[in-house]
Amino acid sequence: MILEAYLLLAAALFAVGLFGALSQQSVVMVMMGLELMVNAVIVAAAAFWLYTSPERPDGQVLVLVAVTAMAVEMAMGFAVTTAIFRARDVDMVDMAADLADHSGSGDHGHHGGHGDHKHHGDGGDR
Amino acid sequence: MTETVVFAVCAVGAVASGVMVFVVDSMARATFALLASFVLTGVAILLLGLSYLGVLIILMMVMEMMVMAVFMIMYMMNPAGLMPMTMVHNKVGSLAVSVGVFLLLAAGIVFVPWPERTGGPPADPTLALGEAIMGEHMLVMMLVGLVLFATMVSATVLTTHRGRYDRYGDDLRRGRPDDPIGGGLDR
Repeated sequence: MILEAYLLLAAALFAVGLFGALSQQSVVMVMMGLELMVNAVIVAAAAFWLYTSPERPDGQVLVLVAVTAMAVEMAMGFAVTTAIFRARDVDMVDMAADLADHSGSGDHGHHGGHGDHKHHGDGGDR
Repeated sequence: MTETVVFAVCAVGAVASGVMVFVVDSMARATFALLASFVLTGVAILLLGLSYLGVLIILMMVMEMMVMAVFMIMYMMNPAGLMPMTMVHNKVGSLAVSVGVFLLLAAGIVFVPWPERTGGPPADPTLALGEAIMGEHMLVMMLVGLVLFATMVSATVLTTHRGRYDRYGDDLRRGRPDDPIGGGLDR
């Protein structure tokens, strides 16, 4: 096995995750894409450790940090998802575009294929 | 030879199930496809001789995806995939960007002259890692612990239903907290 094979696996995982993070509308699916990208970092760090300097533990420590980053990302992501869903009934990234620059396009708030939000919004009980 | 075959199967499987995450209709199925991807990359890391970290990743991912499946069913309109629906925006642009990034990374991987290996792996990588995080890399471990603790606190604060302004009023001057169920000491 060679380093390049592992790095190509990491690059492929990163690209797949990037596609998900860019294209998905659901907040949870965006987080899945981000997790795939962090996973690519884990694979690359582990491969670098074994194939360049296995006598030093730095690569392993980097893997440990990346695993922690993944856990923190998921915990905080779900916390923010829950908070914004409670406050504003938002579960799609397009519905939380308050900070977007609206001067350029002007077609915000009108995205096709949004799905039906009424199915799960049983709000009003708060 | 066996290692090469196992690695090839794991790599192809990991990428394929990663793609499946964004292809399948059902959100529960997407979660389990992501779990398959993580487990297969965990096996690939086990092949590198990192037995502790590989098992750690696999165990953590199994639990994480269980939690994620619960959240998926909570937040998705279509948890079972009974009606086909796509929730994507700018699919073509995202595809172009990610394919471009992959080609760029692959070109770098192929053309960069990577350094030669300087030494051999230790007899017990787990021992080396343990000595590192309890020795010269202890700052990393301390920061990780602190970050995890801060994450627990802030996640709880963000997700809690009632904050202090609900309990003590907008100016925080209410004498007794306004709780739906009284509790605590009688004071």
